[in-house]
Amino acid sequence: MAKLSLRELCGYRSGDKGDIANIALFADDDETYELIVREVTAERVKEHFGAMVRGRVDRYEAANVRALNFVMHGALGGGGPRSLRADTLGKSLGGALVRMEIDVPDAMADRRRARPDVSWADEILARNAERTSER
Amino acid sequence: MRDIRIAGGQGFYGDTPTAVDALLADGVDYLCLEALAELTLAILQKDRQRDETRGYTRDLPAYLARALPFVADGRTKVITNAGGINPTAAAHAAIETARKLGVSGITVATVVGDDLLGRLPTLHTDRGQALTHLDTGEPFSAFPGSPLFASAYLGARPIVDALTQGADIVITGRVADASLFLAPLVYEHGWHWDDWDRLAAGILVGHLLECSGQSLGGNYSGDWWALPHPWDLPYPIASVAADGTAVISKPGGSGGRVSTDTLRHQLLYEVHDPTRYLSPDVVADFTSARFSDLGDDRVRITDVRGTPATDTYKLLLSAHAGWAGEARVAFSWPDAYEKAKATAAILRQRVEMAGLQVDEWLVEYWGVDALGGPTVPPTTHEAPECTLRVAWRCADQRTAGLVGRELVPLTLSAPPAGMTGAGRGGGSATELLSIWPTLIDKSVVDTEVRVVVEEVG
Repeated sequence: MAKLSLRELCGYRSGDKGDIANIALFADDDETYELIVREVTAERVKEHFGAMVRGRVDRYEAANVRALNFVMHGALGGGGPRSLRADTLGKSLGGALVRMEIDVPDAMADRRRARPDVSWADEILARNAERTSER
Repeated sequence: MRDIRIAGGQGFYGDTPTAVDALLADGVDYLCLEALAELTLAILQKDRQRDETRGYTRDLPAYLARALPFVADGRTKVITNAGGINPTAAAHAAIETARKLGVSGITVATVVGDDLLGRLPTLHTDRGQALTHLDTGEPFSAFPGSPLFASAYLGARPIVDALTQGADIVITGRVADASLFLAPLVYEHGWHWDDWDRLAAGILVGHLLECSGQSLGGNYSGDWWALPHPWDLPYPIASVAADGTAVISKPGGSGGRVSTDTLRHQLLYEVHDPTRYLSPDVVADFTSARFSDLGDDRVRITDVRGTPATDTYKLLLSAHAGWAGEARVAFSWPDAYEKAKATAAILRQRVEMAGLQVDEWLVEYWGVDALGGPTVPPTTHEAPECTLRVAWRCADQRTAGLVGRELVPLTLSAPPAGMTGAGRGGGSATELLSIWPTLIDKSVVDTEVRVVVEEVG
C-alpha cells in the first residue's frame, strides 16, 4: 500500500445550492473508480473538511460516468447571498477535496495526472510586456 | 420528424452576449438564455426595491439585439428566464429593443405567476402550505422577518403554451433552468407530459446546456490548459431527435472541447442525488445516461430514464440578514502570515474599544489557507506573502461601515508593510440576504400561471 493524493487520480467540480455544496469526483478508469468507491467515503470527506462543513455529508454514486457525488450540508457559511466567505459559491471546494490522500495499491503509486503546460500564456504575456515597454 | 437544434447562449447574469453570435451563425432553432441563480434573484430583488420597473436581468436587450435579426427571419426563437422577478418589465424592454431596431411582425410572450410574494400569507394560512425549510426542516414560523421575494420554479408547460400561441420570444421569471430547454423539445416533437424517459432526456440536455461554457471546457479540471482558444470558449448546441437521443456539439471552427469528460463535469454540477434529479417536469435519472464520443467534438447521449414528476414546485424565499463589510490588507515577506494574524486581532480589539457590535467575524489568509481551510496541511514553509481578508456582519448598515473605518489608522500604526485595500462593495457595507428553499403544491400555483402574448407591430 502507498499513499497518494486524489489530485493524481481524479477530476472534480463543485457548486452550490443554498447552504449545501456538492463536489463531484471523477475517475478515469474502472480500477480508479472502484478504488475511490472504497476509499473516499462520506465519513472521510466530512472529516477532511473539518469545521468548514457544519452538517452531514451524503455520498452518491454515478457509475455511468465513474463519479462520486458528495453533498455537504452547512458548507457555505449560510449560502451565497448570506456568506461572509470570499468563495461564497463553493467553487474552490473540489480542489480542496482532491488534496485528500488515500491508500492505493503499490501498482498505482506512481500514477500522476498531467501538470499544466501554459507556455501559450507565457507567450501572450511576453507580447504584452513588449508592447508596454515600447510605449 | 427532424432533429431540433437548441443552444445554451447564456449561463448566468453577466455572461457575455457576444458568445451567441457563433451559435446563431451555426444555425439553431432555439436560443435559450438562462440568466438566473439563487444569488441573481437576491440581486434582482435589491434592484426592484430601488426601482419598481427593474427586477429583470438588464443585459436582456444586449442579447436580443444580436438575436433579433434571426428571430425576424423566422430562423430562431428565443426562450429566456431573464424576467427574474419582474418578467412583465423584461417583456417591455424586449419589445422596446425590437422597435428600436425596426423589427416588426414578431410575437413576444411573457410567463407570469411564479412570483408568490403577495399570495404567501394566504397560501400558508388558508391553503395548507407548510413552507418548511427544505434543507433544515425549520417551520415557517421560524422565518427571519418578512420575505423579500418568493419565486416558484415553474416547469416547461407555460413555455410550451406560449410557443403554441405563436411566440417567437418567450420571457419568463423563475422557470427552472433545464425546463427552458425541455420546452421547445416538447413543443416540436409533440412529447407527452407522461413520456417520462423523453422528458428526462430533455431535462438532462437542458442541464448540460444551462451553464454555457461549463460543458465545453469552462471550469474544467482535466487538461484545461490544452483547450483550443480558451479566451473565446464556445457555448454548447444540442441536436435532439424525437426519440430523445441527443448529440452535443459546438459551433464549427470554435475553440473549447466537447467530450464525455467535459460533459460529465457538467452532468453532476449542482446536483444532489443523481438518480433523482428533481425538475418540475420529471424526475430524471442522470445515472442511466450513456455517453458515446463520436469524435470531432460530438458526444451522443442515449438511454436516459425518468420517473413521474412530484406534486410540488421548489419555492425560494429570501429574507434580510444584516449588513456585511470587508477589507483586505496585503503583507510582504518576512513573517507575512504572522503580521496578517496580528492585524486581524488588532482590528477586532479596536472595534471592541469603539463599542461597535459585530455579530459575525470571518478571517481569511489569502496565500495560506483562505480557500482550503482545514484541508490545508500544517506546514513549516514560510508564506512568501499573505493577504488578510476580514469580513464582518452587523445588524445595521452604519455599524458595518464604521467597523471598516477602524482599519484605516492601521496603515501607519500596525505591523509593517501592510497595504490596505477595499473588498466587496468597494469598502461600503452591503446587504446580506438569507435564502429559504421550500416546496409548494403545484395545484395552488398553476391556477395563477398566465401567458401574456403581445405582437410587435
